[in-house]
Amino acid sequence: MAPIISIKGLEKTYDNGFQALKSVDLDIEEGEVLALLGPNGAGKTTLISIVTGMANKTAGSVTVGGYDSVRDFRQARELIGLVPQEMNIEVFEKVIATVRFSRGLFGKPRDDAKIEEVLKSLTLWDKRDNKLRELSGGMKRRVMIAKALSHEPRILFLDEPTAGVDVELRKEMWEVMKALKAAGVTIILTTHYIEEAEMMADRVAVISKGEILLVKEKDELMKSLGKKVLTIELDQTLTEVPPDLAGQGVELGEDGKSLIYSYDTAAPQTGITDILAGVRASGLKLSDISTHQSSLEDIFVGLVHDQKEDAA
Amino acid sequence: MNWTAIGAIYKFEMARTFRSIWQSVVSPVVSTSLYFVVFGAAIGSRIETVEGVDYGAFIVPGLMMLQMLMQSVTNAALGIYFPKFIGTIYELLSAPVSTKEIVIGYVGAAATKSMMIGLIILATAALFVDLQIQHPVAMLAFMVLTCFSFSLMGFIIGIWAGNFEQLNLIPMLVITPLVFLGGAFYSISMLPETWQTIALFNPVVYLVSGFRWSFFGLSDVPVGLSLAAIAVFLVICLVAINAIFRSGWKIRT
Ligand SMILES: Nc1ncnc2c1ncn2[C@@H]1O[C@H](COP(=O)(O)OP(=O)(O)OP(=O)(O)O)[C@@H](O)[C@H]1O
Ligand SMILES: [Mg+2]
Repeated sequence: MAPIISIKGLEKTYDNGFQALKSVDLDIEEGEVLALLGPNGAGKTTLISIVTGMANKTAGSVTVGGYDSVRDFRQARELIGLVPQEMNIEVFEKVIATVRFSRGLFGKPRDDAKIEEVLKSLTLWDKRDNKLRELSGGMKRRVMIAKALSHEPRILFLDEPTAGVDVELRKEMWEVMKALKAAGVTIILTTHYIEEAEMMADRVAVISKGEILLVKEKDELMKSLGKKVLTIELDQTLTEVPPDLAGQGVELGEDGKSLIYSYDTAAPQTGITDILAGVRASGLKLSDISTHQSSLEDIFVGLVHDQKEDAA
Repeated sequence: MNWTAIGAIYKFEMARTFRSIWQSVVSPVVSTSLYFVVFGAAIGSRIETVEGVDYGAFIVPGLMMLQMLMQSVTNAALGIYFPKFIGTIYELLSAPVSTKEIVIGYVGAAATKSMMIGLIILATAALFVDLQIQHPVAMLAFMVLTCFSFSLMGFIIGIWAGNFEQLNLIPMLVITPLVFLGGAFYSISMLPETWQTIALFNPVVYLVSGFRWSFFGLSDVPVGLSLAAIAVFLVICLVAINAIFRSGWKIRT
């Protein structure tokens, strides 16, 4: 199946000469949830802005549902709902009026039943006649989502929808996202909460300094991440792995004062029992034992860190 | 043309107007009444008629023109500057609407509002003086053309302005003096000769003159010339706005 969004060789240089995107290639499949991760200033918002029409590209091409995002901007944009990173709303407007306006702006005929459905799904129905300034921050954010959903988009861009949102509301947003995904909506989500990406995403893309560093199935990524590291701190300095532990995959730490063993938590035999028996047999003095599970965050930090070293 | 979207913008903007309807109505009514007290009573007692028209009635078209010009420029400028300022413009930029449709929606709403204000002034004035309108169709046509072209100009200012000072700059520095020197309260023929010549370079003179003709059948410059002047102005604004959007100026980053 052709991807619903296809980005090829996309570049963006802002007026001040700053290059925010350097030849980005990215295909997004219909119905998937793609998490776009990256540190501050990586270019996530810039990428979203170009796809949705808020910013002009410098080079490359973007197609949405097969339509060129510039030449066939009407068809392309009709498919997209956007929840921007900044909360931009008219505070004197009523909730229902602003949501209705969004629907009309996207060329859809007035449909009160649809608006009601959207507002109810975001538990905003009771607040429909309130002015936006009378709402809490989290409610305002949900209004932004309601506006984006008002015209029944097939693709939804969520630029940090859960930033500054409390745990309760974040869970609520996840529920909304899940329902949308179940309805077949393609979701592109940027977030700084790695666990959010772990929970929601089908695929993960990491962007840093305007370059896509990695795009991978989340499950595949998690599998390579399902590793745990056992670190045994020693009270003495070794020059080599003791014979009792040789051949079991144990490595000596850089300073010679620790033993490191990686294992797969999902494997039938982790080998930990043998290692500990070996440690005992070799009569080593221990100061501490710890295990560490690597997460998406580790990969993410590792990738971005490597990129910095490459640049240095 | 995405008429649904144009309609949505227009309705949204008009709703904003009606939300502050009292402000929108009261201020022109009060200021018109004040003009009548000051100009009509104070000056009118000395100048009884201008070219055969009672002075109180004579200033009505000028007053309407003055308010409609100012209102068109400021409303349209603010109408588009506001979303830019608070960031809600993201929605316009990401919607399947062309810039032409955005202009029609915003300029249409701003022009409608100033038309309404023009008519309110006319109604208020009718309470103070006897008015008859010789060419009502021409009067409406002048109102429509004026409100649209100056709303367009206001829209351009709103797009161009980077802050509130700039937003007020052109209306303050350009429009206000042109309007006050545009013969709203006097006939150009009442000026000394040199000033009469200078006045002919003021586009507002043509507007006021043509508009006054539609009321009383008398004008400082031929009506055809007035119409031509406003048509030229309209075309200039349309060309300018087209050029601005072609260059993507100050809207999309
Ligand atoms: N209008 C602009 N003019 C010049 N530079 C810009 C502009 N907008 C963004 N940038 C720069 O482009 C880079 C990418 O910004 P962008 O907003 O896309 O980052 P981001 O990944 O969304 O970051 P965050 O996680 O903080 O939201 C940053 O270095 C930023 O300073
Ligand atoms: Mg961002």
